[in-house]
Amino acid sequence: MSNITNQSLSEILESIKSKKISSLELTQAYIKNIENAKKLNAFVTTTFDQALENAKKFDNKPNNEQLLSGVPLAVKDLFCTENVKTTAGSNILNNFVPSYESTVTKNLWNNGAFLLGKLNCDEFAMGSSNETSFFGNVINPIGDHLVPGGSSGGSSSALAADLTPATIGTDTGGSIRQPASFTGTVGLKPTYGLCSRWGIVAFASSLDQAGPMTKTVNDCSIMLEAMSGFDEKDSTSINKKKETYSKNLKDNIKGLKIGIPKEYRVDNMPKEIDELWEKGKKILKDLGAQLIDISLPHTKYALPTYYIVAPAEASSNLARYDGVRYGYRSQKGKDLIEMYENTRSEGFGDEVKRRILIGTYVLSSGYYDAYYLKAQKVRQLIKKDFDDSFTKVDAILTPSTPSSAFKIGEKTNDPVSMYLNDIFTVPVNLAGLPALSLPAGLDKQGYPLGLQLIGKALDEQKILNIGYAFEKNCGYKNEIKKWWS
Amino acid sequence: MSLDKEKIKHVAKLARISVDEAKVDSLTKDLNSIFKFIEQLNELNTDKVEPLTSILNQSLRSRKDEISDGKIREKILKNSPKKNEEFFVVPKVVE
Repeated sequence: MSNITNQSLSEILESIKSKKISSLELTQAYIKNIENAKKLNAFVTTTFDQALENAKKFDNKPNNEQLLSGVPLAVKDLFCTENVKTTAGSNILNNFVPSYESTVTKNLWNNGAFLLGKLNCDEFAMGSSNETSFFGNVINPIGDHLVPGGSSGGSSSALAADLTPATIGTDTGGSIRQPASFTGTVGLKPTYGLCSRWGIVAFASSLDQAGPMTKTVNDCSIMLEAMSGFDEKDSTSINKKKETYSKNLKDNIKGLKIGIPKEYRVDNMPKEIDELWEKGKKILKDLGAQLIDISLPHTKYALPTYYIVAPAEASSNLARYDGVRYGYRSQKGKDLIEMYENTRSEGFGDEVKRRILIGTYVLSSGYYDAYYLKAQKVRQLIKKDFDDSFTKVDAILTPSTPSSAFKIGEKTNDPVSMYLNDIFTVPVNLAGLPALSLPAGLDKQGYPLGLQLIGKALDEQKILNIGYAFEKNCGYKNEIKKWWS
Repeated sequence: MSLDKEKIKHVAKLARISVDEAKVDSLTKDLNSIFKFIEQLNELNTDKVEPLTSILNQSLRSRKDEISDGKIREKILKNSPKKNEEFFVVPKVVE
């Protein structure tokens, strides 16, 4: 079984169950891949010894009744892991070792998986290219000069390079879907409140949501099932019955109504994105779905709204990093205030500081109404656009991103052009809806492109079903040459 | 509106982030381009729109006012950059 790591999570689970491979052999195969892939810089921390112990424990006493029996998983370094360093990609948390486990990772371990390592990400999940991490850029396995997307760039890179069978990321404005699109993988941002935020390093609390990143839609449904669920410790967790997404996965989408929003395009959008969208529409139509033109008129205001709401919440969430209770502390400064100022100046990177300053400004005395209140009102209009459309359609199909993966360094000097990358993903976070990014084709350079399916709140099953049917008929194949090993 | 250097220094003070004098110019330029982008929202009339404060159709749950954990002082102090046996240590605040 030399190529076990090429396979999907569901195939791997089958191999474990039928004892074709042991959990230990599987874990060793991934460790070997990871050791050969240092060039990608996808990992901040590896937990190989712990993973090998857990694999042996599983093999000695296998329990195959669980969703993720005997599988090692690497996760984004934004999830707090008990006794394993958790950095959020930041210098300010470079020495932080949580004494607790996030609910979402605990759910994965309770379903039989165990930790393989922690994946690099943009600092505090603020970025679209994984270039803001204190631990350096992550490289896209598609090409050594390309970004893997962000902020879950370590997650997308590791998944596409076969360094983990599946992974989890977080998505505040597109941080799961955009990197999935850039690496030819599947990424789901669930409905706000479906997965607990407890134990995840906070960025923008009204937008943050954890979700799966996988090689197939079936894998995505398995991971979502394992990680989701009500949690008393998250005040915005939705209390509802747990769903069995993988068992209910169906590829019959006949009669479903798919909305096509006319506003999802930008100036100078490559022709290939339009062609990809057309291809997606045709596949769904051929499967018996009905295409309906819709309008989401406030789409162009989603990004400006996001760049008020997200920094405002971030400036408040990141106030906790004061060099007193945990994290980095500067040795400079003659009093307490100077200690704070130097700690935060040395501990945070440029993008994080920029966003804290934007957030502090829009919330400061005299400006609140002009910015934050205004943004909350526009957010209402954006949500209403979706509410109105979902009286007519079951799901909405759009491109995931306005371009394929861009070059490292291409957008670092122009924050607004970097932000524009999230133009098709951000509206969904503002409205709290679920959305799935699916690999759908390649551009003329051979780089992956994704399409996005947006669903009604808590309608994950439906977009997974549409994605499942789409995947079977799309013919997309991600063949990555392993140039790094 | 545009942000000048003095304003940015004031906001940085509020945010407790010291800003390197050499970086103030580029920061001013970046923040102004971001605010120019954000201010597209002024095109919209939102006088009659209710602000959206929560996207969930549920109000925040309340819990019983009971202690559910405790006696974890060591765990809490473990990650502190400077502590004595029972306390976080900070630079002198009171003369």
